Amino acid sequence: MIAAGHPDVKTARRPREGGRRFPLHWIGALPFLLYVALFLLLPTVIVVVGAFAGKDGPTLSNITDLNQQFVLNAFVSSLLISTASALVGAVAGALLAYAVATGNPRGVLRRVVSSACGVLAQFGGVTLAFAFIATIGSVGFIRLWLQDRGIDIYSNGVWLTELPGLVLVYTYFQIPLMVLVFLPALDGIRPQWREATESLGGGTWHYWRYVAGPLLAPAFLGATLLLFANAFSAYATAAALISQGNPIVPIAISNFLTSETGRNNPGLAQALALGMVLIVAIVMTLYALLQRRTSRWLR
Amino acid sequence: MTSAVAAAGLGTATRAGVEVRLENLRRRYAGVTALDGLSLTMAPGELVALLGPSGCGKTTALRLVAGLEQADSGRVVVGGEDVTGQPTNKRDVGMVFQAYSLFPHMTAWQNVAFGLQMRKVGASQRRQRAGEMLELVGLGGFANRFAHQLSGGQQQRVALARALAIQPKVLLLDEPLSALDAKVRARLRDEIRRVQLEVGITTLFVTHDQEEALAIADRVGVMQSGRLEQLGPPTTIYSRPATPFVAEFVGLTNRLAGVVRGGDVEVRGTRLPLVQPDAADGPAVALVRPEAVTFANNEDTGPGPLVGTVIATAFLGATSRVTVDLGDVTILAQLPTSEASAHPAGTRVRLALRPDPVLIARDEAAAGRA
Repeated sequence: MIAAGHPDVKTARRPREGGRRFPLHWIGALPFLLYVALFLLLPTVIVVVGAFAGKDGPTLSNITDLNQQFVLNAFVSSLLISTASALVGAVAGALLAYAVATGNPRGVLRRVVSSACGVLAQFGGVTLAFAFIATIGSVGFIRLWLQDRGIDIYSNGVWLTELPGLVLVYTYFQIPLMVLVFLPALDGIRPQWREATESLGGGTWHYWRYVAGPLLAPAFLGATLLLFANAFSAYATAAALISQGNPIVPIAISNFLTSETGRNNPGLAQALALGMVLIVAIVMTLYALLQRRTSRWLR
Repeated sequence: MTSAVAAAGLGTATRAGVEVRLENLRRRYAGVTALDGLSLTMAPGELVALLGPSGCGKTTALRLVAGLEQADSGRVVVGGEDVTGQPTNKRDVGMVFQAYSLFPHMTAWQNVAFGLQMRKVGASQRRQRAGEMLELVGLGGFANRFAHQLSGGQQQRVALARALAIQPKVLLLDEPLSALDAKVRARLRDEIRRVQLEVGITTLFVTHDQEEALAIADRVGVMQSGRLEQLGPPTTIYSRPATPFVAEFVGLTNRLAGVVRGGDVEVRGTRLPLVQPDAADGPAVALVRPEAVTFANNEDTGPGPLVGTVIATAFLGATSRVTVDLGDVTILAQLPTSEASAHPAGTRVRLALRPDPVLIARDEAAAGRA
């Protein structure tokens, strides 16, 4: 029997008010955050500090040394290669992603392209360089096969190991990356928007001009910026293809850090790295802003 | 509100509703028949609701009128003009979709003005007309909001304003309320009807919600397997269903075994008139509405075919739905709440069947138990 005023019910203890509790689900993220702190944030700090450090203490000489023709050339080349490979990769990748998005959602094309892009977007470095050297290198089998038929792709010199060659090779992983990044935006385009456009008197041109185009533009631009950053920071593929000179910034940094010919200059290397960090930071900030807009529209 | 319509030039004097005819429309998808010779004539300014379960062909019918799909055969005639072969953007139809059809990168007024832009209406006139249409749907103060800043109901109002802004000949509504919660749905349903009556536009409304169809339409067409089972005013559809499918799809129905004899059906000792008095004699299942089931005046709850125990009562407001176990079958009765509450669960009750005309189904298995 329960006496009035003495309910025989024990209520659960209320959580303590005030004071913040550490969210336990963050524990799972701690190893990753630690990893990022050690191998991204710490090196960034080292680069920033090192760029302003000389043998006798703080200095701006590393920064002023950036104003040399070969350094500027390296930056211009890096920007050109990154821009060109990003644009080619963005256009080709967007077309491929559109083909996938407009096809059967459970079809073979989507499954094959999605799986292949997941792998190929990470395909770079020595293996990728070797694949191109073996096929269209100066003694590559496709080059020789074409040569036997009177077509010399290197009649004006072996461009594979120069900047145009890097653009071609980078495109190999830029296109799959574009597909991976842009496909969700295309999937977010609703068929009702085209039908609404048509019922309101618009045609295909109006749909792309006023609806799909503006909706996809931020996603496309954002993905292009990501591709730019991807190419701008790529090192291993270029290093495997190019063995001489300082054609692009990552190779120049490597040379200034590891040169055995007296050109070792860690301070300049860190100043170059700081320049790269700034450029990538600007690009990634723009990317994040565009992504935010895209996610609001194309949920 | 009326002034907004007049200012927008959308009154019936400017563009009266037109007749819309669907003539023997057929459509198949990969061997499945979606529409099987659908014919329907909508009077100018009429609102017809197509009602039916998923896959019955109602949305296909609407999309054929819109031109979003092409019929295998048959014609769509709008205002005397055969539009069957015309593309959607030449048909002069306004359409409201289920949900998510507003362009998310445009504000409410830009959405509403979009169709006018497609028709090359000048910028100032566009802005003015879009503002008036937003006033018409009660969203005058929301012109500069984007879709993600509007509730679901508000988004659908903007979609309605957008569809009406182009002064279409026909308004097509494809389950426009299905993504909304019940309260908003009921309010917007009334709002759509008010606007439709003010504008006087011929409207085809597709829904699977019987309450919605009965509440909003001048006539309701109940569809099954690509065909119209019955087309008529809501009261007729409910009280005089033409087929067992309509009786069971629209409203709740008790299936009670009985025997047809001489134009009546005898159900558990009660003779009920038939909707089809020429039905052949024999076993049948009578389809009896819960409203036709009442508590008997006779207080005797001794054994009898309509005596049972109340097992549940669902409160619906002014009325309640009482479930009574008659031993071999449970039966639903819809009664005034005051009457239902006097007989709580566990009470023995005697029921009576009001002699409304009933429809029968030839369900041999059930009838065999009569």
